[in-house]
Amino acid sequence: MMKYLPHTDRDREAMLKTIGVKSVDELFSDIPAQVRFNRALDLPRPLSDPELARHMGELASRNRSLDGLTCFLGGGVYDHFVPSVVEHIVSRSEFYTAYTPYQAEASQGVLQSIYEYQTLICELTGMDVSQASMYDGASAAAEAGLICAATLGRGRIVVPASLHPEYRQTIKTYAWAHDLEVAEVPFGPQGTADLSRLEAALGPEPACLIVQHPNFFGALEPVEEMGRLVHARGGLLVAACDPISLGVLKPPAAYGADIALGEGQPLGIRLSFGGPYLGFFATSEKLVRRMPGRIAGATLDHQGRRGFVLALQTREQHIRREKATSNICSNEALCALAATVYLCALGRRGIVKLAGLCLQKAHYARDQVARLERFKPAFDAPFFREFAVRSTLPWERVESGLLQQGQAVGPSLGRFYPELKDCFLLAFTEKRTREEIDYLVGRMEGLI
Amino acid sequence: MYPEDLKYTKTHEWIRLEGNRGRVGLTHYAQDQLGDIVFVELPAVGKVVKQGETFGVVESVKAASDCYAPLSGKVVEVNSRLTDEPATINQDCYGQGWMMVLEVSDPSEVGKLMDAARYQEYLKEVGH
Amino acid sequence: MTGPARGPEPLIFELSSPGRTAFSLPELDVPERKLQEMLPASALREAAPGLPEVSEVDLVRHFVRLSRLNYGVDLGIYPLGSCTMKYSPKINEDLARLPGFTELHPYQPEDTVQGALELMYLTQRFLCEIGGVDAVSLQPAAGAHGELTGLMLIKAYHTSRGDTRRNKIIIPDSSHGTNPASAVVCGMQTVQVRSDRRGGVDLDALREVLDDQVSALMLTNPNTLGLFDENIHRIAEMVHQAGGMLYYDGANANAILGIARPGDAGFDVVHFNLHKTFSTPHGGGGPGSGPVGVKKALEPFLPVPIVGFDGARYYLDYDRPRSIGRVRSFYGNFGVVLKAYAYIRSMGPEGLLQVSKDAVLNANYLMRRLQPYFDLPYDRHCKHEFVLSGRRQKAESGVKTLDISKRLLDYGVHPPTNYFPLIVEECLMVEPTESESRETLDAFADALIQIAREAKDQPDLVKSAPHVTPVGRLDEVLAARQPNLRWRPPAPGGS
Repeated sequence: MMKYLPHTDRDREAMLKTIGVKSVDELFSDIPAQVRFNRALDLPRPLSDPELARHMGELASRNRSLDGLTCFLGGGVYDHFVPSVVEHIVSRSEFYTAYTPYQAEASQGVLQSIYEYQTLICELTGMDVSQASMYDGASAAAEAGLICAATLGRGRIVVPASLHPEYRQTIKTYAWAHDLEVAEVPFGPQGTADLSRLEAALGPEPACLIVQHPNFFGALEPVEEMGRLVHARGGLLVAACDPISLGVLKPPAAYGADIALGEGQPLGIRLSFGGPYLGFFATSEKLVRRMPGRIAGATLDHQGRRGFVLALQTREQHIRREKATSNICSNEALCALAATVYLCALGRRGIVKLAGLCLQKAHYARDQVARLERFKPAFDAPFFREFAVRSTLPWERVESGLLQQGQAVGPSLGRFYPELKDCFLLAFTEKRTREEIDYLVGRMEGLI
Repeated sequence: MYPEDLKYTKTHEWIRLEGNRGRVGLTHYAQDQLGDIVFVELPAVGKVVKQGETFGVVESVKAASDCYAPLSGKVVEVNSRLTDEPATINQDCYGQGWMMVLEVSDPSEVGKLMDAARYQEYLKEVGH
Repeated sequence: MTGPARGPEPLIFELSSPGRTAFSLPELDVPERKLQEMLPASALREAAPGLPEVSEVDLVRHFVRLSRLNYGVDLGIYPLGSCTMKYSPKINEDLARLPGFTELHPYQPEDTVQGALELMYLTQRFLCEIGGVDAVSLQPAAGAHGELTGLMLIKAYHTSRGDTRRNKIIIPDSSHGTNPASAVVCGMQTVQVRSDRRGGVDLDALREVLDDQVSALMLTNPNTLGLFDENIHRIAEMVHQAGGMLYYDGANANAILGIARPGDAGFDVVHFNLHKTFSTPHGGGGPGSGPVGVKKALEPFLPVPIVGFDGARYYLDYDRPRSIGRVRSFYGNFGVVLKAYAYIRSMGPEGLLQVSKDAVLNANYLMRRLQPYFDLPYDRHCKHEFVLSGRRQKAESGVKTLDISKRLLDYGVHPPTNYFPLIVEECLMVEPTESESRETLDAFADALIQIAREAKDQPDLVKSAPHVTPVGRLDEVLAARQPNLRWRPPAPGGS
């Protein structure tokens, strides 16, 4: 326990003498007796490193990690390969033991990498400006909703039911606190937003429409039409996207998105049971001063050398306090660094090829699943890397039956959509081989 | 530093009355305290403001400061030059650095403003 | 090459050469289909995104060179006040990288993640004990996210009692900027109360603003002046009498582990910054983790899911009908939580107590060593941090606190927080943490004392600092007036 605490008793004594007190307790004498804690904390005894390593190893071994499973799990986060360079760079302690880069001259590494990250996100999404990172895709979507409402002075946020259920729940929580209304648009038989119901949901004065593309079921939404409809009513279009899909899909700026955001986990960030992940967030030029969080900018030092600083800080909580555009302070900087290294490793050809692999494998798998008797693709809309499967077997039996064979599939859609209780998702990355897909389909066929 | 023909607020705006209109800007003291002004947010033309209400924001690198309307009225003109050249306020706060023109709705409110001499006394009172 | 790297490092885009890659992808092993067969032409991208093309060697060198332009706790003292930049134990980094933790999909069946759920369940319990609260949610991703969540819980509580008028959050003038910002994101109005001469909440000012519209008072204790509010009991009483709740901003909890528990002092909601108090690294600005703890009355409103245990099996509890819902996807920053868990296990109760004692000892030691050279606005025992004022230096030689901070960089140490809290002129806010040895503290104090001398004898040297960093003082006015927020390829044929 003492290895993180450098003082010897001799040090402590000498320091107390400098301070002019007899004991450390004197330094706490301003804490009133009635709020002093007068027993030891009821926590387990300290563990030595070997004990700690054994204990944590035991906990880890009580999990069935994807190392021993074939992962077809989707739902917004995916089992991509993380190149070794990513882990090595984010393990540089100059990066991971740094604070937010308030002192620019001592933080050029972090600041320049944020500037590079912002550029990469702009290239990927086609948007004008990116900020430095949000907590995750869901909270980024919720903050986007608040920003649109505040920008336009409107109170209605519209979301298709095909938007990730956890994003919708997050948006609703934030909107509730703000007395904003969240209107849902049902999905049609294709598994995409029902355009015939969209106009009614938008109403005359929507703040924004937050559309996920591809959506929670993996399907492509009619984003151009949706964008036209919300813009025609003076509202803003917010697009939530899978960053890998942008290797082949039209960037959000090209279909008129005012804000593009998403879950950055696929960009070299490990699944880690749900976090830490990365919310990316980019806007058109006109919304730059509404942007939440940190932004890095390039400037010059007094000798004319290029350097980087935190820019437009007057938007932020540490200056603007109650008038800030968001309360976000700590964000996901190290995850953004991972995404930066990942995207730079991929390069412009790599991202296209990677997206192509996901797309091809998912389509191959869909064709195989379509041939099964008790399983059918649930929807017909074009999709990217993930699709919903409808089964005549109860979900519990599908999940556990496949798990016994080392196959992880899901999530089940029934947990979010009662009307889809016989459906679940299958998702594909570059890691899944034809052999694995054939094996999965074979095991599905064999389920009883 | 504080022209005689202007009226001043405690929040460091000035107004120059021209008939039923008044041109509004920031005082020398305000721009000096803020330092290099890097961004100015102006109201929309047609906006109606009450005396003492915020009508805009000026920003330096590490501070943002609301600007308050010296008198009630309707905004009839704004100085769009400030959008591209916010430093104009630092360079010429009573001239080219004006922020907006108000159509004054209640001239009697002028009584609540300070003249140049009183404003300079006020600056001394607040310790500057 | 030895010694520190020298900037500038080109941007990765400027190192790009078409045809290079640092990625290794498998060849397609399923029958290839044409893109147009799978996706409508209108959905397709016209040109590939402009990502740089570099080899793995170039990529690694670029980012390693960037890392060398950066300061971190592993290089030396990082005394940013209220940021608690303590050492992040290496073993926790290793343990967090066990595949049994990192290779877990959040939608795996609960039976396959029992170890992860147990760890989360125990962390919830440990934080309850440390904070003196009854239930904890690990979902918030950072401190400010925890603040927002906590204020939402309070709002839900008032609303559930039909008490819908409470829309005011009281915040002391010494508070962190996130407090008022979180209040506004929660749809509340903020009311500021001033501090008294001893640096605590001014009770008269508090009394004036307490009414039946008060939702909560947010308090950091010890506050950003590093001072424990001696009237905390009285404050809690007053706020509760007015029907309001008490929110504890845990940013400064490093001073009170095992010494005073917010729950015992009357706080109803507490957030913890695992990336401060519990040693998980800050990552250059995150990821953090901001769990929220509450007293019984607020428990029904916690975000879903929280981790439960039925005596045999750990599970994600979604069956919480009065919950505020979610504040993000999934279950929180698990990868951060597990490092904090490992820290608590390695420190144990006596270790955590010693952490706070040493953190407070270090702050008081530095404060007394520096007192002769700088103004000390609040001359009483501090807790984990203290504030100095550089107004003497500014008055005598025009050397500002910013100059002093920049000059510290020349001495190879990271400066304290400056110009915060806002109520102290030319403020330097110093938090050494328990991690620093006496020798390190002395070296830091000596550097500041030397700079105080320089401010007198060679003020221009200080005003033009830093001199030996990779770049000199950067033009923030230029950055603000002409924002350059992304790289763009040079125009073809242009300069």
